Amino acid sequence: MDKVFNLLIVGVGGQGTILASNIVTQAAMNAGLDAKKSEIHGMSQRGGAVFSHVRFGKKVYSPVIAKGNVDVLISLEEMETLRWTEFLNKDSQLIVLNNRILPANTAEYPQGLTDKIKSQFNNVVSIDPEEYSKKLGNAKYLNVFLLGVLSNYVELPEDCWKNAIESLVPQGTFDKNYEAFLTGKECK
Amino acid sequence: MKKLLSGNEGIALGAYEAGVKVVTGYPGTPSTEITETLSKYKDIYTEWSVNEKVALEVAAGAALGGSRTLVTMKHVGVNVAADPLFTMSYIGVKGGLVIVSADDPQSHSSQNEQDNRHYARAAKLPMFEPSDSEDARQLTRLAFEVSEKFDTPVFLRPTTRICHSYSVVDVNGNERKEVDCGKFERNLSKHVMIPAYARARHFDVEDRMAKLKEFAETTSVNTTEINDTEIGFITSGISYNYVKEMAPNASVLKLGMIYPLPENKIKDFCSKIKKVYVVEELEPFFEEQIKVMGCDVEGKKFFPITGELSPDNVAELLYGKKELLPAEKILARPPALCPGCPHSFVYNVLKKHNILVSGDIGCYTLGVMPPFQVIDTCIDMGASITAAQGLEIADPSIKHAAVIGDSTFAHSGITGLINAAYNKRNTLVIVLDNSITAMTGMQHNPFSGETIRGEQAVQVNYQYLAKAVGIEDDNFMEVNAYKPDEIESAIVKLSDSGKLSLLVVKGICVIYNRKKNKKKEGV
Repeated sequence: MDKVFNLLIVGVGGQGTILASNIVTQAAMNAGLDAKKSEIHGMSQRGGAVFSHVRFGKKVYSPVIAKGNVDVLISLEEMETLRWTEFLNKDSQLIVLNNRILPANTAEYPQGLTDKIKSQFNNVVSIDPEEYSKKLGNAKYLNVFLLGVLSNYVELPEDCWKNAIESLVPQGTFDKNYEAFLTGKECK
Repeated sequence: MKKLLSGNEGIALGAYEAGVKVVTGYPGTPSTEITETLSKYKDIYTEWSVNEKVALEVAAGAALGGSRTLVTMKHVGVNVAADPLFTMSYIGVKGGLVIVSADDPQSHSSQNEQDNRHYARAAKLPMFEPSDSEDARQLTRLAFEVSEKFDTPVFLRPTTRICHSYSVVDVNGNERKEVDCGKFERNLSKHVMIPAYARARHFDVEDRMAKLKEFAETTSVNTTEINDTEIGFITSGISYNYVKEMAPNASVLKLGMIYPLPENKIKDFCSKIKKVYVVEELEPFFEEQIKVMGCDVEGKKFFPITGELSPDNVAELLYGKKELLPAEKILARPPALCPGCPHSFVYNVLKKHNILVSGDIGCYTLGVMPPFQVIDTCIDMGASITAAQGLEIADPSIKHAAVIGDSTFAHSGITGLINAAYNKRNTLVIVLDNSITAMTGMQHNPFSGETIRGEQAVQVNYQYLAKAVGIEDDNFMEVNAYKPDEIESAIVKLSDSGKLSLLVVKGICVIYNRKKNKKKEGV
């Protein structure tokens, strides 16, 4: 993998972007690749928009993705997808979990965002969180499920993913999480 | 084995390997995880100090006593520690003393974006800057050696983007090297800075600077990569990565040691390269020094002084502005007090009674955000109590209150309270006690009753403290954060008394409480 792969994971504080980005980064390292990851902790994250830049390839310098260069965006929240458009291009692959989290002190969630996203980008996989929470048995497996979806768009060997999931998910949850990953893999 | 480590974990690993014995610090984003990581090693003494000045002074003593010592703080913490800092430069060390100043370009979690490279120059101390986690580890080890070799405290200056970015570190052979630096030795003219001795030591400091300049020329952490001789960059830290990413064929002089600068190396580089750009975040710290050397370089003409840089800044210089998808206007998610924070009631009361509120650093600064918008000032750690005194002097006709958290109160609020009592001020001081230093991610402090390792410790008693500084018994009250009626009557009563008052509102941080319960249940 000579070209560095650029993955941006976005959401709202508390949605689990960090575990998800840790698993991808570990999977890339398991494949013998160089990897970097960048996120910001602290005040800006209190109830705020969160992001994690993940980059991997033969040699990675910047932990931050240049604008317009995202290969895949995983968004854990519908509105958050559109906060980061400057980092995307028309052909970026978007994997969007259509959670809707109302920002503090706002009355109404904006309508029609999924249509807007689909009209702006050529490659969008749109996931209904309720449907898949039921299918997976619990909403907490959704993030690893999304990594299964991601695995269709990045060349990393299956066992690298498996080992990364095994080493990073909470004890006793590997089977369920790996099942979620495989379910995601079927979802293109 | 290869591991993914943050820059902060890289610094901690380097310090561990260097045989660090004593680690002190005050929590502050983005530096906090360094000391937290080191607190997990049983053979290293770690403490959360009351504030950064105290942290550096404890560290100074430990270093003079022969221990390799690390002290950590965020950039603005160095302001607090500046008093011992400048004189420790004269005194020097015995065991290595490394001071981490974690700078925050972009003010991700800070009240300003000051560039602490200026402190290295002002205090005449060497400074290193890492560009990733492995670099952070190596430079930390080197910093201890330089400290002992040149008899000087040494700065390590990571930035937020290094502290909180993760990169691959090969942790094979990460053995701890114990270093015997001996014990404290009496040396009056070196350790006791009366004017006569200080004047003499200043000469030693200047000699040391000359030797450090020579060292900067030869150290392997200042590296020159000559590629394309048409274009070259002088850079350091995170910016090095942006340069390498966007200009892989350009020549690069990477500075790992960022003060003092290697003048000959820089001149040599500039003589070989046709067009040289200086890429640095914040101030033109390198650029101005390099221009004084007589080199023809450009920097801030193309790169902003404000905020963080990114790969895009370098790309724009080389290839012009890139056409991007337009940014969408969507609802903001500004930081806010956590849902369920018990301390939100206080703000409603303060708002209702139209009180001028001096605020402070930490979670409670968020009282400035909607729906409260009740904080009128926020300057620095502890300034709520002192600025309120000044505001009251300027206009005694309106009602004033200071609002401060428990950790900030311990950090530098108590001194202000003594000042208020001594100078006959009549401020209402409200401590919002949530039992923890929450904003930086749950660190213990002298009001939480536990040490950094969770061992039981002294818990400062607010009531005795109030009595000791001279607050009358009736003007001290402690109320439950979940009882808004009691909070309101207390604020009204104390505010109307027209005397200096201390009101402690107690309500445990909801996130900390959840964490604690999880721990109890063994989850």
